[in-house]
Amino acid sequence: MNIWKAFLFGTAVALLPATASFAAKTDLVLGIVLEPPHLDPTAGAAAAIDEIVYANIFEGLTRIGPKGDVLPALAESWTKSEDGKVYTFKLHKGVKFHDGTTFDADDVKFSLDRARGDTSTNAQKGLFAAIDTVESVDPLTVKVALKQPSGDFLYNMAWGDAVIVAPESADTNKDKPIGTGPFKLENWAKGSQIVIAKNPDYWGTPATLEKATFRIIPDPAAATAALLAGDVQAFPVFPSYETIAQFQADPRFKVVIGTTEGETVMGMNNKKPPFDNVKVRQAIAHAIDRKTVIDGTMFGFGTPIGSFFPPHHPAYLDLTAEAAYDPELAKKLLAEAGYADGFKTTLKLPPPTYARRGGEIIAAQLREIGIEAEIIPVEWAQWLDQVFKNKNYEMTIVSHTEPNDLNIFARDDYYFNYDSAPFKELIKQIDATSDGPKRIELYQQAQKLLAADEPAAFLFQLPKTGIWDAKIEGLWENGPIQANDLTAVKWAD
Amino acid sequence: MLSYASKRVVIGILTLLAASIIVFAVLEVVPGDPARLMLGMNATEDAVRALQDQMGFNQPLILRYFSWLGDLLTGDFGKSYTYSVPVIDLIKERIAVSLPLALISLALSTIIAIPIGIFAASRRGSTADTTAMGIAQVGVAIPNFWFALLLVYIFAVVLRLLPAGGFAGWENGFWPSIKSLILPSVALALPQASILARVTRSSLLDVLGEDYIRTARAKGLSRRKVLYHHALRNALIPVLTILGMQFSFLLAGTIIVENVFYLPGLGRLVFQAITQRDLIVVEGVVMILVATVIAVNVLVDLSYAIVDPRLWSRK
Amino acid sequence: MSRKFESLIGNRSFLIGTIITLIVALMAGLSFLWTPYSVSALDIVAKLKPPSISHWLGTDHFGRDILSMIMVGSRASIFVAFVSVAIGAGIGVPLGLWAAARGGIVDEMLMRFNDLIFAFPALLSAVMITAIFGPGAVNAIIAIGIFNIPVFARVARGAALALWVREFVLAARAIGKGEGRITLDHILPNLANILIIQGTIQFSLGILAEAGLSYVGLGAQPPMPSWGRMLFEAQTMISLAPHMALFPGLAIMVTVLGLNLLGDGLRDFLDPKLRYMR
Repeated sequence: MNIWKAFLFGTAVALLPATASFAAKTDLVLGIVLEPPHLDPTAGAAAAIDEIVYANIFEGLTRIGPKGDVLPALAESWTKSEDGKVYTFKLHKGVKFHDGTTFDADDVKFSLDRARGDTSTNAQKGLFAAIDTVESVDPLTVKVALKQPSGDFLYNMAWGDAVIVAPESADTNKDKPIGTGPFKLENWAKGSQIVIAKNPDYWGTPATLEKATFRIIPDPAAATAALLAGDVQAFPVFPSYETIAQFQADPRFKVVIGTTEGETVMGMNNKKPPFDNVKVRQAIAHAIDRKTVIDGTMFGFGTPIGSFFPPHHPAYLDLTAEAAYDPELAKKLLAEAGYADGFKTTLKLPPPTYARRGGEIIAAQLREIGIEAEIIPVEWAQWLDQVFKNKNYEMTIVSHTEPNDLNIFARDDYYFNYDSAPFKELIKQIDATSDGPKRIELYQQAQKLLAADEPAAFLFQLPKTGIWDAKIEGLWENGPIQANDLTAVKWAD
Repeated sequence: MLSYASKRVVIGILTLLAASIIVFAVLEVVPGDPARLMLGMNATEDAVRALQDQMGFNQPLILRYFSWLGDLLTGDFGKSYTYSVPVIDLIKERIAVSLPLALISLALSTIIAIPIGIFAASRRGSTADTTAMGIAQVGVAIPNFWFALLLVYIFAVVLRLLPAGGFAGWENGFWPSIKSLILPSVALALPQASILARVTRSSLLDVLGEDYIRTARAKGLSRRKVLYHHALRNALIPVLTILGMQFSFLLAGTIIVENVFYLPGLGRLVFQAITQRDLIVVEGVVMILVATVIAVNVLVDLSYAIVDPRLWSRK
Repeated sequence: MSRKFESLIGNRSFLIGTIITLIVALMAGLSFLWTPYSVSALDIVAKLKPPSISHWLGTDHFGRDILSMIMVGSRASIFVAFVSVAIGAGIGVPLGLWAAARGGIVDEMLMRFNDLIFAFPALLSAVMITAIFGPGAVNAIIAIGIFNIPVFARVARGAALALWVREFVLAARAIGKGEGRITLDHILPNLANILIIQGTIQFSLGILAEAGLSYVGLGAQPPMPSWGRMLFEAQTMISLAPHMALFPGLAIMVTVLGLNLLGDGLRDFLDPKLRYMR
């Protein structure tokens, strides 16, 4: 072969990827910010667990789709009894766990009983509270009887915490997750990456990707660099808000600002003076300039909220005007409450940036109306202990990322110390009401009630800031739950 | 020699034992409950209690100390609360990052510092000496994590030659991993090299001022010969001490630089374990680090004895 | 010629060190009376501005003036470093003197105690301490102070032992003075020089340690500005606003450099024997 031929050959090879003779890529490297502590979604609250395993490795009876709707998963169909108390699930045939064992009704019974049993360490044990008995009728039929009708039951069974596990592998899932999903764990290099590979024996539509790598990149600067260099091709929740504009201007990337279930609020201890006075709480809500908070902490990404409800939900009401930024009104309300000269208080901030930076901005804004809030940074362990469990706090900032969590304001002994009989009544009605206009009406009443009572200052909805290679298709745009469902992801040719 | 060595070793072991008591006692009073942390905000009380039982928190303190210590002696570091894998496996994985990082930066600082130190000492008072020592003075004053940030800006953000952070993982190949260690080891090496250069220079100057060196010079030996054959050997003692200290420092003290680069090393493991209240991991790593410091100190002491045999006869 | 040159260098580093240290001290003092801008008022619209006529060193992610932040931030560094040196000297020096005076078992215990503390990786232990007591300037002081104790104890003991065999001490002993009396009258006054030198060194190390702790979020807390935390905030913005990382680091470097030069100069001046040692 002479030089000329070699040159031509080289050129041809260089041009080849543009033609169809090369198949599309089948591997993907995704960036994630936090490393999961382990990979068992039934034994931990960390969102990072679901971000790897949900829909990829583990599946439940039902699952949540990209739009937040409940879809069938291991249960192919179900029926509900007249009184709404008994669900009968028909299971898919020929489903196998990754270790080759067969999935059947006994595994469902085992998983649900394990999650609600006395020694359960399920982080969302409350999801299973409505269940009275679980019965395996035959290998492909499961009957679940509830204590009372529950409008949320099918939704609850779709959570990552309700996935079906096998008795043989349940105790070792933390390290060696064995599920029924379209991907299996291949390798976990602690501190750097987790690799999952296609499950060839999958019962449903097989995944297009052969391999997906989750690379752990906690540093925003490194995340930016990794995407630009192509080391990582997708960052479903990109942590560096400050550099997003740079990617928006770059045609190689697709930037998708989606919605999440994360309502960020400044909680107040409703039983501790002066926060037991609704006028003080309203004054604080009016003293906060949400736009500045969002600009300063999130570089403009995030939607202001006036109550505790996600803006993308059909029942959402925009109540931001109820707590519009108005320092004069805030001062007036404070004076009416008997604190014309303001007061001293504390603001406990957990580690996330939205809390630490947001807290600094809010403390400065509160100072304008005479409230001196001392900033106390706390770690999560301390936050759970001091604020959440012992309610030893005055104000705190946290994002409530669970879906469908309006009911936390109706819980006794929740950290807000908010106790409102009308609100509890509303939640009870919502629970007992299945979908439809009635439920929307009730949701809206609840939102209005919270906006008037201000048990917490509602700040903004966290955005899902996804950035990925423009040639990737099928990644979720929104985050109805914290998951990276890769079942439909592929590279465009 | 033998009795000197065995005394050092016995003291080392006693120190280690005392350290184990301190570590255990201190971590016992850390507020925060790992079980609650694992299960998060929606956890029910009985689920938290079930997990606490599983983790074995409901036994008396003394009992737990002795069973922990007993396990340690047999090489069993226990099981991580959060990762639920043996602590020793976690440590091994992290040492695969921390040890190369420490060794590379130590090698880097030695290669730079010792020749500069010798050169400066041999040309004492020259412009070269003043310049070198001036730079070393600045090097000592630079916080390594700031230097790390500047390196990230220049080599990762502007030039895009090296990764800004993270660790590729040895299983992804040697070169990518080394690439992620370059900036951190340079950042760690600069202040170390500055200290080492100063110590080398001053220790050499001290030796050169001693009588036996003057005698050697008077006997007509060349300046070079005196410097390299007689002075250098004796000037090594302080240099060795500093090297030993630096090694221990690098193994544990990289915690901040590991944070700048998000390297999954030992320091970051402890840092994360503290925030996750994974205390058994903290205890294990701290004990290993303390043991390393003590072992290095003993070794350094013993190597004095080799460099300077006069110590053999002293107590 | 070379001797003279050496002492000139010594004097020069003393001079430069003194000037730098005075400037930093003045800057910290001035910040109580005046700063170009307020560091508590946020101006999000003016965030991440590069250096300009109105903001000499630019603004940070909240639109605060970085020069003002550095001026006020010097207080946290100086305060933490100073008090932790005071703790180290206040506890360590008496311990060291006691060990030197008594000798025997007391001395042995002190040395083993020193070994024990030195065996702990300092920074890691400081992180543990602040994790237990919570982050903040006071806890940073405790964490740094603890590791200053054995340093001062060792220095005081070593120097005191050398003094105990000197003639004037033997003379004092001969006329029946007790150990405590001798320590106060004869040992301590002669230790002043070496303690001042060690104090300067520990002070500069304290500034570095405070910066490191603040950088990992365990030092002084907002709204009190601190150099280390400014660097922490700068890290995520490094590609957008490198000036945020540059100036606080320079402030730390220059301050530490000044203190080190001052320490070296003092050593040459007060204790010529130690000239070459560091």
